[in-house]
Formats: sequence, structure tokens, C-alpha cells
Amino acid sequence: MDWGTLQAVLGGVNKHSTSIGKIWLTVLFIFRIMILVVAAERVWGDEQQDFVCNTLQPGCRNVCYDHFFPISHIRLWALQLIFVSTPALLVAMHVAYTRHEKKRRFRNGEKIDIEELKNEKIHIRGPLWWTYTSSIFFRIVFEAVFMYVFYYMYDGYQMPRLVKCSAWPCPNVVDCFVSRPTEKTTFTIFMLAVSGICMMLNLAELCYLVIKICMKESRKTT
Amino acid sequence: MSWGFLCDLLSGVNKYSTGIGRIWVAVVFIFRLLVYVAAAENIWKYDHDEFECNIKQPGCENVCFDHFFPVSHIRLWALQLIIVSTPSLLVVFHVAYRENREKHHNQKLYKSPGEIDGGLLCTYLISLVLKTGFEIVFLVLFYKLYNGFKVPRLVKCDIRPCPNTVDCYISKPTEKMIFLYFLVATSCLCIVLNLSELSYLIFKYSIKCYLKRYIKKQRQVSKSDCHKSEITVSKRQKSVEGAYATNRAQPPSLSVRSQSHFPF
Repeated sequence: MDWGTLQAVLGGVNKHSTSIGKIWLTVLFIFRIMILVVAAERVWGDEQQDFVCNTLQPGCRNVCYDHFFPISHIRLWALQLIFVSTPALLVAMHVAYTRHEKKRRFRNGEKIDIEELKNEKIHIRGPLWWTYTSSIFFRIVFEAVFMYVFYYMYDGYQMPRLVKCSAWPCPNVVDCFVSRPTEKTTFTIFMLAVSGICMMLNLAELCYLVIKICMKESRKTT
Repeated sequence: MSWGFLCDLLSGVNKYSTGIGRIWVAVVFIFRLLVYVAAAENIWKYDHDEFECNIKQPGCENVCFDHFFPVSHIRLWALQLIIVSTPSLLVVFHVAYRENREKHHNQKLYKSPGEIDGGLLCTYLISLVLKTGFEIVFLVLFYKLYNGFKVPRLVKCDIRPCPNTVDCYISKPTEKMIFLYFLVATSCLCIVLNLSELSYLIFKYSIKCYLKRYIKKQRQVSKSDCHKSEITVSKRQKSVEGAYATNRAQPPSLSVRSQSHFPF
């Protein structure tokens, strides 16, 4: 069980997405999940081991690390990816439910073409439109929330080289050095940029869906 | 052998679950298993190496770590995931038993082996009760073992061979606490889902049962009405025949009267 399972589930959702939705999924897979697994995890892998404080006082390093990194970047990204991918599952569940209902009606004797049922491209309209639009809305909200949490927790998106720590049992103000700060800053900014792109894609998709439905309604009334 | 096996098992269970059951499977996969593998496991990876005591006495750190963490949080989490998913196997076994029985007798014994009715309903309900029970047991175990769901930064240890009371520092306590709360929240969510599914199934099948009995009763009542009117008809027929035998001029006028006793 790893990111591959999430990938398999989201791949299923791909069939019922708009084109912008498909681009969003591609960006998510390649520029976020893959980068996280292949690169970012290595950069943050040795974080506490190489977090060095200018003191021999036992416990000072642990306490200072915990004070400055209450929750590691890498874990926050993993949570962000999980939460941002989850709304897409709502759509997958809705489609599965619709198919299940059609199968049930077919079994009860209504005339539905089986081949058509199997290969049917589910169109985003009616209740599915609402599910799809809410999933995009939640995605945007989760992205924004996580970006804010990052900003709030780490006072911006830059990783400092040196932090000054005076938490007990450190005897005085002690200098502590973060490992690989530049590389970490680079990846943080990269992940931030990709989050921003994903948010833009979600907003564009939302606008597209709303405009499409408005145009349809106006065509019906005229 | 890894978490993939549990994934396959739960996917198999998904086929025979209700809607709420499927949501439960999704929550377990994504918010518990995936979070465990992708995030939580790495936090506790070096917890013993990074556990530091303010003493040079050999053995003191080991003894103190063992005293404060008899079973590591992450191992308890893994055990919880495995044990909570296992009751679903009961349902899978029962369906397999039904399919086997159909094969053995070479005839269709059930409407559908996966249909939740009769014995399979009982098995399903038992599995829900067991799942909920195990979740609660693990939550209580976490609470009792670690005095709540907090992870302190500092613990004071005075077990031999530590010479006096020694300060020991736990690594990444805040991060561990955040993920522990996440675990508790998802466990509670799963408990709520299980209880709702349980109440839904009990409600649905008791309504079904009640309706069946009601319809049966109605049918019985209407049958006994039919029977009574048949007796009345046959008695009248005999008296009429008797009267007809004595007075052939009088035509029988039964049909209208008898029809009024028939409900259809």
C-alpha cells in the first residue's frame, strides 16, 4: 500500500473528468506525488539526525527541533496530497452509484442496452454536476488551507540556516543549524508553485463548468 | 507480504457491503492506511535512536525507553488497522460458503450469494459489532498505556541502572501528538460509521419483517373471509335446492347475494 493505490483510484476518476480535470490529475501525479516520493523524501530524510545545536547539553537538540518543526514539511505535503485527492473520490462514488442504479433497473426488467451501460461516458450534468463542482470547491479550499498552514507555521516559505533556541533544557540561547536549508527552500518553493498551478486549474475548471451550465440554461429559455 | 494483502481483502469485502460500508472502506484506505504508510511510519522510524537521556550511564536510555514505550505507538496503530479489518473476513467466508453450497448441490439455493439477507445479515451485523468493539478497545488501550493522547517532551526516569532521577527527551513529540489525534479522530469516525450502518440495517430489516408479517396477516384474514362466505353459500345452496325441489317455479337468487361476501 503506497501512493500507487491512490494513483490507481484517481486514474479511475480520470475517465469522468473534464479536460482541465485531466490536466490537473497529470500535474498532481507527476509534479507532486512523484517529486515527493523520488526527491523530497530524500532531502528531508535525515532531518533530525543532521540538525546540530551548539551545545553538549543532552535533550537540547530534541527540544529545539520539536520547537521549530512541530510538523515536518514532508508530512504536511503528504497530508495535503491525501486531502486534496479525496474530493475526487466523491465523484467516483457518485458514478459507481449511478451505474449500480442502472444495473438494478436493468435487472428489474427495464430495457437498457448492456453494451451502452458498460462503455457509457458519464456526462457531467444533473446531480453529478453538483458533486463534481463541490469536489472542485473542496479541493480549492484544502489547497488554500494547507498553503496558509505552511505560511503560518514556518513564518514564510524560506528555510533558515540558523535558528536560535532557548527552550529548556538548553542552558542559554543556543545556535542550532538546519541541514540542507537551500535545497529545502528550493523544494518548498517548487511545491508551493505547483500548488498554486493546481489551484488555478481548479478555479478555471470551476468557471468553465459554471459558464457551461449557464449557457445551456440560457439556450433552453430562448 | 505487506499492506497490499489488507488492501486486497478490503476490496473483496467492498463488493458485499452497503453504501455506508463502502464509505468505511474508503476511510480506512485513505485516511488510515495511506496516512500510516506515507507519513506516520517515518516519524517513529528513529524514535529509539533519538530518545536521549541526560546521563552517560550505559543501559539507562534503553531501560527508560522500554519503561515509557512498552509498545510503540506506531506498532499499536498497525495492530489496530489489522485487527479492525479482520471481522470483514467473516462476511467473505460466509459468501464463499454459500457459493460453495450452491456448487455442491448444483442448484440455485439463494437469490444471490452476496445478498445481505438471512444468515449473511447476522454475520454482517456480528462483523460490525466486532469492528466497533475492537476500535473502542484500541482507543482505550492507547489512552491507558500513554496516559491520554499526549506525547510529553520530557519524561523523568529513575529505574536501575539510572543512578538518580534522570531527564529523558522524546524526539518529535508535537508531530507524534498531531498524528495520534488524527488516529483518534479517524477511529471515532469509523466507530460512527459502523454504528450508523448497524442501526440502518436493523431498521431496514425490521421494517421489512414487519411488512411481511402484516401482508401475511392481511392475506390470512381475507382467506378466512372467503372460507366463511363459502360455508354460507353452500348452506344456502342446500336450503335453496331443498326449496327448489319442493317448489320448482322459484328461481335461485344466490349469485347477487353471494357475490357481496366475496372481497374481490
